[in-house]
Amino acid sequence: MRIELERRAGASGLFAIVSPLLALALTLIFGAIMFWMLGKNPGHALYSFFIEPLLEVWSLHELAIKAAPLILIAVGLAVCYRSNNWNIGAEGQFTIGAITGSILPILVPQWHSVLVLPLMLIMGAIGGAVFAAIPALLKTRFNTNEILVSLMLVYIAQLFLDWLVRGLWRDPKGFNFPQSISFSTEAVLPEILSSGRAHWGIVFALVAAVAIWFMMRFMLKGFEVSVLGRSERAGRFAGFSGRRMVWFSMMLSGALAGLAGISEVSGSIGHLQPSISPGYGFTAIIVAFLGRLNPLGIIASGFVLALTYLGGEAAQLSIGVSDKVTRVFQGLLLFFVLSCDTLILYRVRVIFGAGRAPAARS
Amino acid sequence: MIEAILLTIITAATPLVIAAIGELVTERAGVLNLGVEGMMIMGAVCAFAGSYLTGVPLFGVLAGILGGALFSLLFGFLTLTLVTNQVATGLALTLLGLGLSGQLGESFVGIPGVKLSPIVFPVLSDIPFIGPLLFRQDITFYLSIALVIGVNWFLFRSRTGLKLRAIGDSHGSAHALGINVIRTRYLAVMFGGACAGLAGAQLSLVYTPQWVENMTAGRGWIALALVVFASWRPLRVLIGGYIFGAVGILQLHAQAFGVGIPSQFLSMLPYAVTIVVLIIISHNRRTTLINTPACLGKPFVPDR
Amino acid sequence: MTDVEAPATGSLLKIQGLTKYFGTFAACSGIDLAIQPGEIHALLGENGAGKSTLVKMLFGVLQPSEGRILWDGRPVSIGSPGEARQLGIGMVFQHFSLFEALTVAENIALSMDPKIPLAKIAEEAASLSKAYGLPLDPNAHVADLSVGERQRIEIVRALLQNPKLIILDEPTSVLTPQEADKLFETLFKLRSEGRSVLYISHRLEEVQRICDRATVLRHGKVTGACDPKGETPASLARMMVGSDVASVHREAAANLGDVLIDVVNLSVPARTPFAVTLREIGLQVRAGEVMAIAGVAGNGQGELFDALSGEYPVADAEAIRLRGKPVGRTGINGRRLLGAGFVPEERHGHAAVSDMSLSDNLLLSRSQSDRAAFLTGGFAAIIRHDVIRSAAKRICQVMDVRKSGEDPAAGSLSGGNLQKFIIGRELDRQPSVLVVNQPTWGVDAGAASRIRQSLIDLARAGSAVIVISQDLDEIFEVATNIAVISEGRLSKPYPAAELTLERIGLLMGGIHDSTGHAGSPTAPHAGGVHAH
Repeated sequence: MRIELERRAGASGLFAIVSPLLALALTLIFGAIMFWMLGKNPGHALYSFFIEPLLEVWSLHELAIKAAPLILIAVGLAVCYRSNNWNIGAEGQFTIGAITGSILPILVPQWHSVLVLPLMLIMGAIGGAVFAAIPALLKTRFNTNEILVSLMLVYIAQLFLDWLVRGLWRDPKGFNFPQSISFSTEAVLPEILSSGRAHWGIVFALVAAVAIWFMMRFMLKGFEVSVLGRSERAGRFAGFSGRRMVWFSMMLSGALAGLAGISEVSGSIGHLQPSISPGYGFTAIIVAFLGRLNPLGIIASGFVLALTYLGGEAAQLSIGVSDKVTRVFQGLLLFFVLSCDTLILYRVRVIFGAGRAPAARS
Repeated sequence: MIEAILLTIITAATPLVIAAIGELVTERAGVLNLGVEGMMIMGAVCAFAGSYLTGVPLFGVLAGILGGALFSLLFGFLTLTLVTNQVATGLALTLLGLGLSGQLGESFVGIPGVKLSPIVFPVLSDIPFIGPLLFRQDITFYLSIALVIGVNWFLFRSRTGLKLRAIGDSHGSAHALGINVIRTRYLAVMFGGACAGLAGAQLSLVYTPQWVENMTAGRGWIALALVVFASWRPLRVLIGGYIFGAVGILQLHAQAFGVGIPSQFLSMLPYAVTIVVLIIISHNRRTTLINTPACLGKPFVPDR
Repeated sequence: MTDVEAPATGSLLKIQGLTKYFGTFAACSGIDLAIQPGEIHALLGENGAGKSTLVKMLFGVLQPSEGRILWDGRPVSIGSPGEARQLGIGMVFQHFSLFEALTVAENIALSMDPKIPLAKIAEEAASLSKAYGLPLDPNAHVADLSVGERQRIEIVRALLQNPKLIILDEPTSVLTPQEADKLFETLFKLRSEGRSVLYISHRLEEVQRICDRATVLRHGKVTGACDPKGETPASLARMMVGSDVASVHREAAANLGDVLIDVVNLSVPARTPFAVTLREIGLQVRAGEVMAIAGVAGNGQGELFDALSGEYPVADAEAIRLRGKPVGRTGINGRRLLGAGFVPEERHGHAAVSDMSLSDNLLLSRSQSDRAAFLTGGFAAIIRHDVIRSAAKRICQVMDVRKSGEDPAAGSLSGGNLQKFIIGRELDRQPSVLVVNQPTWGVDAGAASRIRQSLIDLARAGSAVIVISQDLDEIFEVATNIAVISEGRLSKPYPAAELTLERIGLLMGGIHDSTGHAGSPTAPHAGGVHAH
């Protein structure tokens, strides 16, 4: 048996929509098999993983809290990936954004003003953007590979945060716990609704997604992103600069990741600590691809991936599987998304034996 | 003292060299597999499981190789048969590998492992200084050296190696000449996976003989940088591997001595050095362009 | 497989009803062809007629959907190029199947028995290339060789197999007339040794000159088999195209106007190790003039285009003037705003983005020059898709672009139709200066004649046009004046009427006359092309 691909005349509009759904379905099927192999009832396990968290108000708030950074980061990454710049260091930009955003509440806690919060958010975004500018600078100036550089910077950012909260910024009254002082109320991102914890981060995420969608769909800048991502040579012919696009896309995604970082720290943690993210920066890569690099699709996929985090926590309690299942689910999902995307550009034929009769077409 | 440090450097460099030499072959065939970290961690967990369940560390090594190779097959199927984006698929392999290994290795956390015992060469191992360093090592060290020499011979002296290089240079021409591009690439990807698995096995059986989640700690990525550093030449992988290994070990020793620099900054060193090395190697666009396999990362769909 | 039929007498290769489908599209349909031992057999047809598909099936690169192949009278199935070589079929590809990073000997070794050591292969290749008058250095890297030399590698590689049939796909399209003559001598020598040659071409004159018989393809079907020497170019062309192609009209040179393009002492260092250095290029083109730049591929055409278009601006602003303004350091859009239009050689991924729609591809080259019409919202630069779509439609109508659907992806168009759109995209602006690289490369005859006519018409309307081309027929059709580029140097321009094919061939080979850079042997440089 072998598999042959035949290029379609154009991208299939049908499969552009069906492919992510198909990937979700396949992930669920594999998930069920996995639970079965772990000795759990697959139906019950999937229910507590993917349905139960949606049934209560407080958990919906948690869903929004977790979806916010995923969506914010992923829409930035979508611009990067569409322009063929492979920023995979969003986790580091998230961390640095959290740090620079926390400068005010930690160093000048006595300053109580309505300006504190906006300034924190801006400084967080700037921090993330500047940190993402490092791979951009090295790529444009020295031709280094942005994938490796941005990833190495993740480790550096995390170690830097670790040093800060254990050293310079450690709360002197914190019983030697590795964490900073708690933010004052002016420095805390408020909740949107009185019914739960969800904070303004999700609003930022939705606004950013819609804004980027508008840019990609209607503005010349979005066209520039698409052209340079598909062919740098054609972009040059159009008079667009590949170099400037490296800076633009990397710093935009860095800024959004930085904003996500300070929103997370300000809105849901309330202080700095060594670990501030369950891998949002990496999971956002999956969110971006599941959303087919379309900001509106990313809103949906952001909630789906947020659900896997919640489901992992829930399943740990209710059916006693480890929360590591979450990351397996996320990894599987990305694999299926990428595989199913093949269907958009190609017809896939499965050919049995040496014969040439198409046995299955899709 | 120096001997002890050199010994630890060798132990730290070996997994980097092995993983990088595997990736080098994959990239020479024109395939960019960014999943080294994922294949490595899968190798580590499979090796620990193999060693723990059979009680024979050598079986652990085999399990690591097998685990890495099988895991890479997943990448091969997606990128070669389904022609998915190699960068994205490599990332996916790493993310899945980190998750899956955590799940598989959950029951192994905290269990002390058995260290792979050294193979002692009689007579040679008694040579002062050199003997213990080079002739009283475990099998992974010998394999790392053999792999570098073997791959160098294979690529530049054998006809199959010539075909592999030709595919990386122009898959269209290779296909027109009747060289089986896809099959060769599958084999190259699996070789890369097997090497990454072996490197992972070294980590969980030699470097720190136990299973710890995320124990690769970015070594897979450093191996990728090492391939660039080596400009796709096997012998330079050996040099680079030992430089990176030395940086990693020396910062550990500096931490132990307490040189007055916070340990976190010392821990950053291997990553910072990687970036610096990448800058030095890449800044000359001309040489990079000449050395990089021309088809690296490009999709290939044969017309039939 | 049992052979129940009587062997077909005499024929070395006989194919019957050979058909190849790509999806539902039949690239070749029911093709019959017979090649006798010791003949040079032409396979004629224009771009897209199915010639390349047919020979790929003969060489085992593609598998036929239907039909059969008889070799020496026995039915065979050719599953791979290896099997084709075993039978005794050798192939010289149009787009060479060579590896730039490898040496000549390594390239040859890839299609030889792996047991033969590399040194022996190098030795055999050297002696064989001497015997056939195809000088080659086995240890040279392919990246350093000229196209002509690269073709020799392909030929030597095929000959080392001692083939009974050697297939050449459009071999002269990359050669100077003199190089082509040498190639023909080699082919005659092969014929005298009793070998057969399948010679694929769309050039009628050379087919008439060297081929014993011809089979003509159109739209994947055989439309004629004849003795080319008994035909006229017109009758052959009719078989190829199916109807008479409108010939290009060029009236006696109109009065030339002001100098619109003025290049003085333009030198550009090679950007990459594989690029050509441009040296002291001087060029003036007046309103109403079509200046053709001839040359063998890889002599700096692409680099000259990059410098003229401003995709890679040059250090000296004064080196290039458009309509009197120094623009050397100006980017491509700045030059477009001065009224210039540009058409690069590569359609996919340079002149157009294959998986974007035609209207998006219209915006590609005109986002700044037509900013007022195509964009709105000031700084936000919002794209007016409706306006652009109707402009794209207008261009498709004017240039007769055949497409499926309202606004299809550029990649779904045939080469000729996409090229008509790309040229039309620039003509639609009435550019006062147009620079075109390879305007009709890989384009069918109908589209080619339309494109050439439109270039002539543009010049007649008072624009200055530069046509960079390797196709001498095209050059003589459109040019008022001709200059030749060789090794990054440009000869002085000659009036087209004064230049013979032979003369131009000598210039292409790098032999400049006294007014140029008198035959000075330039030092070989990386990626450059050596004089032969």
